[in-house]
Amino acid sequence: MPDGGNVAYYYDGSFDGMLCCVFESYAAKEIPDEILPPEALQATFLPAKAIVTDKMKAERVRKSIPEKMGAQAYDFIRHAFLTNIDGKEYRLLLFIRLGFKHGPKVMRMISEDAVYTLLKAVRHLNNESHLLKGFIRFSAFHGALVAEIEPKNIVLPLLAKHFRERFPGERFIIFDRTNDMALIYEPYRHRIIPASGVELPEPDEAEQKIRELWKLFYNTIEVEGRYNPKCRMSHMPKHYWKYMTEFETPGKPSPCRAGTLKNPSGLSLPAASEDNSEDNF
Amino acid sequence: MFCGKIIPVGGRFVDIFDKLKILTDAAKFDVACTSSGVDKSASPGGIGNAAACGICHSFAADGRCISLLKVLMTNVCVFDCKYCVNRRSNDTRRAMFTPRELAELTIQFYRRNYIEGLFLSSGVIKNPDYTCEQMTEALRILREDYGFSGYIHAKAIPGADPALISRLGFLADRMSVNIELPSQNSLELLAPDKSKHSILKPMGYIKNRISENSADLVRYRHAPRFAPAGQSTQMIIGATPETDFHILNLSENLYKKYGLKRVFFSAYIPVAENTLLPARDTKPPLLREHRLYQADWLLRFYGFSAGELLDEQHQNFDPVMDPKCNWALNHLELFPMEINRASYEELLRVPGIGVRSAKRIVRARRDGSLDFTVLKRLGVVLKRAQYFIVCGGRAAQGLRISHDSVLRSLLSERELNLYNFNRYPESEPEQLSLFGNSLNAQEELQKCLTGEM
Ligand code: SF4
Repeated sequence: MPDGGNVAYYYDGSFDGMLCCVFESYAAKEIPDEILPPEALQATFLPAKAIVTDKMKAERVRKSIPEKMGAQAYDFIRHAFLTNIDGKEYRLLLFIRLGFKHGPKVMRMISEDAVYTLLKAVRHLNNESHLLKGFIRFSAFHGALVAEIEPKNIVLPLLAKHFRERFPGERFIIFDRTNDMALIYEPYRHRIIPASGVELPEPDEAEQKIRELWKLFYNTIEVEGRYNPKCRMSHMPKHYWKYMTEFETPGKPSPCRAGTLKNPSGLSLPAASEDNSEDNF
Repeated sequence: MFCGKIIPVGGRFVDIFDKLKILTDAAKFDVACTSSGVDKSASPGGIGNAAACGICHSFAADGRCISLLKVLMTNVCVFDCKYCVNRRSNDTRRAMFTPRELAELTIQFYRRNYIEGLFLSSGVIKNPDYTCEQMTEALRILREDYGFSGYIHAKAIPGADPALISRLGFLADRMSVNIELPSQNSLELLAPDKSKHSILKPMGYIKNRISENSADLVRYRHAPRFAPAGQSTQMIIGATPETDFHILNLSENLYKKYGLKRVFFSAYIPVAENTLLPARDTKPPLLREHRLYQADWLLRFYGFSAGELLDEQHQNFDPVMDPKCNWALNHLELFPMEINRASYEELLRVPGIGVRSAKRIVRARRDGSLDFTVLKRLGVVLKRAQYFIVCGGRAAQGLRISHDSVLRSLLSERELNLYNFNRYPESEPEQLSLFGNSLNAQEELQKCLTGEM
């Protein structure tokens, strides 16, 4: 393995950009000490090298990954890129280098820290998206379903397929407030687009009635003789509660604040925006 | 007739809020919560999918998973089972959903992602056939009028005509008939209208329909599916004197003879003053229920048989120790096990190694021999497993394997566990849980997903 070059790479934050960092690492026979997304550039004291995203270079790396280490590893890398662990790009670089050296076996080399850390991060991502499949709450506004989440990882690409299959005939939007993105679906296509600051309207009477019925059910289904709040907390950590209907304070709908989105069903898919959607997720 | 939109109960009218409250309250002692066992997506123009692994949509304050809208069609009942809140002689408010309002409520909850589907049970109104017809109509509206493909668990009403049960089974994903009490004797005493026969008959019928149906499906790929997520049952623990040994053997037989997907256990919570039943202030035997679930897991996923876990001399589980550890301590001659050579089946018998970590070990050791650091990364709970394994002939550092050293190390956990169980309203001897901490209890009990032990 080449020496650390006492250099930091910075790149545009895209998946292709990350692949170009890998390309550069091989071309320059060096392993940078850090790989930084644009917003973190000021944070480094190392000399920084700007890695320009070049579709051709990215494509070469992208093609060689499944060839050399298998489709499963490529899938894993795509997922790892959606996680929120510190220095994920640097760890991915080490992982990919290991993969080029050892082949598909890299997926099982958990005694390597780079592999193990990414494995844990991807498990966390999968776990978070699995929990959200249950914990997400939609509200009906003018016939469209709208939800908000504050995930730790980028989960929308992992949720798309599930909710498409659940509500094929509906229109729905899930706002990711952490990453300022939204998953928008109308029959039969979806997009993931940048979205920030969109506020949801107050629920109408019909919507409020269903919410009250749900809260009634939630509070009634508990068996008092088995009260165990600690157990509830460990299955459903508190940070998920924020947007869950059952924890709304009575009379004051918390998931939705008065706002500007008057008619979400009128939101349509932007024609030419960047398509982050990945059907293979 | 009870199927009007609003029905008079106790001199006043009941609206949808009242109905939902009454019919949820009456259903909540049924413990089956899972939405697992079937994978499908919505049909064209319809709504709803199902994930084989099951999805929990919320957790109630008792820590149990909420996956399905669990309600009764009605809590009116012509029977008088003494352990049941809905018994005829109980002075309680009664209500009934109309099939359409129940279907509508399910869809509205489902669209908002509150639930994965419906769990519909019922008291027996008029007679079993009439009850079954009402339930079937609610399910028919969901499936046909709304094109609903989400999960439906329906309770078969014992005594209903097989043709009606069959109709219900083609609309539901899972069916269940509750055993309720673990012996004929207890049934006779406490459920005078039921008998072992009246419960096992529909169970056997459902089993036959499921196997006939799978034969049909081989021949005609588009044959309608009968209860594709299988059949389950439930029994009440602690209302009657049966031992764990008896209960576990019964469960094992039910799995074998009726091909059940799950047997659920429900710790009895006193709902009536009756000399035949535990006193009203008796705490529900939650730890016992937990031990039975652990043992059930060992039967279904770990290759244990009931006779290995308990016998005539040891009829009940040790409150202090989980069944797997208990078994291992009684079979120290089989340990320590060499991780790099033990078969998958042997690995599963090591405390601290679950199904997932055993599979990972088998795969990982093909690339080279494993050490303790890697085992930990594979998800093995070394704190427990270290007493029972060696890696490349070596034990974990500083370990001596004897009955004594294992027990001594467990005692150090005692304070921690006493603390954990402080909020657990258990009787004194049951507080001494050493292996089973509350996290474990949650995993196997409430989450209803595949657990590890
Ligand atoms: S038949 Fe069912 S609902 Fe009726 S009293 Fe017996 S257990 Fe309760």
